[in-house]
Amino acid sequence: MEQTTKCEMLLTVNGEQHSVIARPADTLLFVLRTILGLTGAKPGCLNGDCGACTVLVNDVPIKSCMILAIETVEKKITTIEGLKHTPIQQAFVEHFAFQCGYCTPGFIMNAHALTKKHPLASDEIIQEWLQSNICRCTSYKEIEEAVKTVLANNSASLNDNHF
Amino acid sequence: MIGNSVIRKEAWDKVTGAAKYTNDYIKAGTLHAKLVTSRYAHAKIKEIDTRAAQTVPGVRAILTGEGLPLTGEDLRDRPPIAFEKVRYHGEVVAVVVADTLVQAEKAANLVRITYEPLPVVGSPREALKEGAPLIHEQLGSYQKGIGTYPEPNTNIAHRTKIRKGNMEKGWAESDVVVEANISFSPSDHAAMETRCAIAEIRPDGYIMIHASSQSPFMIKKLISSYFGEDVGKVIVHTPLVGGAYGGKTPVQLELLAYLASKAVGGRKVSIWNTREDDIITSPVHIGLEATVKLGCTNDGYLKAAEILYLFDGGAYSDKAIDVSRAGAVDCTGPYHIENVWCDSLCVYTNHPYACPFRGFGHGELSFAIERTMDLLAEKLQMDRLELRMKNAIRPGHTTPTQVLLNNSNVGNLPKCIKRLRELIHWDDWQRIEIDARTVRAKGVSCIWKTSTVDTDASSGAILTFNPDGSINLISGVVEIGTGTKTILAQILAEKMKMDIKDIHVKMEVDTQTTPEHWKTVASRGTFMAGRAVLEAADDAIRQLKEIASIVLRTPIEDLEVGYGKVFLRDDPTIYVDIKDIAYGYKYPNGNAIGGQIIGLGNYILRHLTYLDKETGAGKPGPEWTVGAQAVEIEFDKRDYTYKIIRAVSVIDIGKVLNEKAAIGQVIGAMSMGLSWASRETFLFDRYERVLNPQLRTYRPLRFGEHPEYVVEFVETPQIDAPYGARGAGEHGLIGMPAALANALSIAAEVPLNELPLVPELIWRKKKGEHHGSI
Amino acid sequence: MVPFDFTYHQPSSIQEAIQLFQTLQQQGKKTMYYAGGTEIITLSRLNLVFTEAVIDIKGIPECRTLRFDKNYLVLGAALSLTTIEEANVFPLLSKAASEVADRTARNQITLGGNICGQIFYREAVLPLLLTDSDVIIAGKDGLKQLPIQQIFQKQMRLHPGEFLVQIMTEQTYLSLPYRSIKKRKQWEVGYPLVTVAALKTNEQIRVAFSGVCPFPFRSQTVEERLNDRQLPLESRINEALHHLPRPILDDIEGSAEYRLFVLKHTLFDIITELEGE
Repeated sequence: MEQTTKCEMLLTVNGEQHSVIARPADTLLFVLRTILGLTGAKPGCLNGDCGACTVLVNDVPIKSCMILAIETVEKKITTIEGLKHTPIQQAFVEHFAFQCGYCTPGFIMNAHALTKKHPLASDEIIQEWLQSNICRCTSYKEIEEAVKTVLANNSASLNDNHF
Repeated sequence: MIGNSVIRKEAWDKVTGAAKYTNDYIKAGTLHAKLVTSRYAHAKIKEIDTRAAQTVPGVRAILTGEGLPLTGEDLRDRPPIAFEKVRYHGEVVAVVVADTLVQAEKAANLVRITYEPLPVVGSPREALKEGAPLIHEQLGSYQKGIGTYPEPNTNIAHRTKIRKGNMEKGWAESDVVVEANISFSPSDHAAMETRCAIAEIRPDGYIMIHASSQSPFMIKKLISSYFGEDVGKVIVHTPLVGGAYGGKTPVQLELLAYLASKAVGGRKVSIWNTREDDIITSPVHIGLEATVKLGCTNDGYLKAAEILYLFDGGAYSDKAIDVSRAGAVDCTGPYHIENVWCDSLCVYTNHPYACPFRGFGHGELSFAIERTMDLLAEKLQMDRLELRMKNAIRPGHTTPTQVLLNNSNVGNLPKCIKRLRELIHWDDWQRIEIDARTVRAKGVSCIWKTSTVDTDASSGAILTFNPDGSINLISGVVEIGTGTKTILAQILAEKMKMDIKDIHVKMEVDTQTTPEHWKTVASRGTFMAGRAVLEAADDAIRQLKEIASIVLRTPIEDLEVGYGKVFLRDDPTIYVDIKDIAYGYKYPNGNAIGGQIIGLGNYILRHLTYLDKETGAGKPGPEWTVGAQAVEIEFDKRDYTYKIIRAVSVIDIGKVLNEKAAIGQVIGAMSMGLSWASRETFLFDRYERVLNPQLRTYRPLRFGEHPEYVVEFVETPQIDAPYGARGAGEHGLIGMPAALANALSIAAEVPLNELPLVPELIWRKKKGEHHGSI
Repeated sequence: MVPFDFTYHQPSSIQEAIQLFQTLQQQGKKTMYYAGGTEIITLSRLNLVFTEAVIDIKGIPECRTLRFDKNYLVLGAALSLTTIEEANVFPLLSKAASEVADRTARNQITLGGNICGQIFYREAVLPLLLTDSDVIIAGKDGLKQLPIQQIFQKQMRLHPGEFLVQIMTEQTYLSLPYRSIKKRKQWEVGYPLVTVAALKTNEQIRVAFSGVCPFPFRSQTVEERLNDRQLPLESRINEALHHLPRPILDDIEGSAEYRLFVLKHTLFDIITELEGE
């Protein structure tokens, strides 16, 4: 009975194509974790409230608990496993921007997209974006410092290019 | 090495998604359980009909509460699955086990339960009223631990009494007396990782548990004790834990996972809390109603304290008893008072049951005490910090449980207050009108805390050497985010005079191969496990020197260990590399001596005692960390809204071991304290059902709502602690609610003695004063 | 986790969507249109929504329109709120939308989904009510254009099988002075205590509300009282408050009495500022 409701979908995750069999009602988060074994995206509420499951869909941060896997067919999905040695990861490490680490993949995905889309983001934009995620260990000050370090480097390199 | 901001060992795992938490280990073939929970806060269970649920494909078992032993750490009052009646909204009534989570959920939705609602108890004061419904009719028959005193035929699970000095004398010497009532409802830890437990019973009888827990060793002991399993056959694995804050000390889901596995012939079963279950079904942050009466002389010296703490333990006492006891132990806050009367009660209500929360009763008691201190200062017309300075606890004073303090077992509170005063520019202004609507104000509080852990709590460490001379560090401390395992590596690197990169820390705890660390609680990881690591290092050093003395043909006494070598103290050019002896030493002809170096160490807390039943006298913990805190706010007099501008902590940490990590612990705790104080609470309806069991309606602080944080440390070493360091994982939280309430009370010019401090509360209090202001 | 199964359909035209709905319904399947999906997923896991089929309208080009057509701004119902915010062609809508949920969620939440949703705040509708926007509805008889005031009464009054395709707003409204203020129980994130959006046109102030009652609304009586400039502002506001629809929300976000307190000050600030412009 279960089988008949499932279908095959072709997902592109971190640059690799995967054919998965899942229910249309399955969320992207479920498929990433349970079928593809990519457990970096974390379930925190399954309700779109906490941001721990944030991934990028076509470079836009999306709460993967709030989107069906089938909606992401033919789109480009990036998870924390797809980020390698990015400035934001380095900055999170150096600024002690996490403790337990559970919210970290979601925060990093969101912050990474932010620093790409708004290389010179204002405080207002940083706040608007990062308010989507909850961190229960840090004071957020550490995360703010990490993100601002990356932005400052963006700004420095832009200046280098221009002058 | 000591003091350096060493990056945590698991840092790169955590920023790449490689870090694994309990729920990340679920493999194909694992069955999934879904909890069926109560819609009522207090009701008889008339019938549980599982017939429809059983027909859902994939369902393997449905468990209900019959025939299970009662559980509880101090008092066995809780059936793992409700039996005959439910006592809180969200209590587990049945557990459905199925092949997939979807099937389990489908079936859970089909379990039909018929209830007969009972009158509910909504607060400790209600619970103590004559004729209040009894939540535990059989309280008198429950099995209880030493030092637990339930009062049968009442809703009192436990009472701790503090009787110090002579109250009559104290009141007679008091010129000024104030009394305050404070209260707040239970709230939640809201760790980002919800609790999860996986159990499997192997054909040979070994019980394998994977759990997101602060107490893997307690899980093993309790499963053994409740269900008669051999303690050595229960093996608990705890990987990284995604936030705990005390909420993962109780043993709850693990019991259900064990029972569920047993019901399906030992197959592996996973129970993973939804956020809603995690908020109300699993244990919560305790609530409190308190009355504090303080007396002092005209010049502000405290003479008497009469304190009633009514902790809202919820439906089951579990660790709430211990929290209420901790509240009694440090009931006066960090002040020297010769005459103290305190009753601290753990009271049953029909609320979700409580457990430790970061600060372990101290954030709670400090809110009561520090609000009263401000009221006293007001009445005396005395500077609020001066009043605190005058009464600050010091060496030579005794605590409420009559422990004599000395230069080691208590930090330097006057120094903290003095530094705080400078940092917040206290003497410039304390309340200032910015314009017609805006006022700024500063609120202060002082904190102290000891750790009321079991008197025989111990910690062990094992160091195994690798062929290259690097060391594997194995400790029973759970990495819950505090970075303790990295600090242990720092302690070891310092001791061995080696590069920290050559220390490999085992992050996961496995109770079969990891030596016990009692529980990862009470800011005690660094102290206890640190002592164990130092002892293990001494053991390894002794073994290294023994082999080296043979190889180098020299007395052991002439040798030193460090920098990857064992060398002659007077001539370091004569040495042997540790890598050449870590696995034994091989002579050129093939003969070998020694063997792998394995250093062992343990530490047990010393001289702790139970508290006297009638007076509370006794030694509850090893040392008291102290500190002074402040919050500065900007308040809108028209709207009663406010912003937190700055939060400041000065804490006597003994010795800073890792600066950034220490600051991170303190500001993280401050953030949690401000979040709790400013917005977190359960909201109950009149049937005591929780109305906000989601992060959408139970809303912790978010990015951008955070103030500026300022942290400074004072260093008064605790002589028996590793490098003098004191516990500091919780202390940043303790004074935040009180400091915020004090600042807002000053700004709004109305006493604010409740939490959370939302603008509507301030509006309500102001309206109570000036009728019909809107 | 959605504890039931549904089939997923992604039509590429309005026609196809309508057809699909008919077919699925004939098969006896409970069917829902699906845009951002956030609310359907949220409420499904709480067993507050049940469906056997979803028709995702995000693949329909008309539903993703963002363009000016003659004197109208045309916005597709499946545009995400952040797309609308960033395009910023309708500043009042950008502002009101930007206060919904959080930024990441708004990458997913759509204009149509917010307006047609069950969760009763539906704050994106406020600017549409204030600008007398029209809505384009698709149904089995084809497309129809209706004033939003007509079809949005507390909620969208769509017939089974119909779905919202587009919103059309007269361009002249887009540059008028406006305010939109959301007040919450505490600070930045959460449902509203009150949300007030206002627009000034021909020296008259239009006001629409969310969070005050269990539905968003714009009220002619309330606006008349607020614009009765013969009276001092405070009296106008008090009069307006008396004429609010009922019930005033009294829930975990705030008591009814407190909401009115907050609303009063919010209106005071908005009107003072707008009348000053």
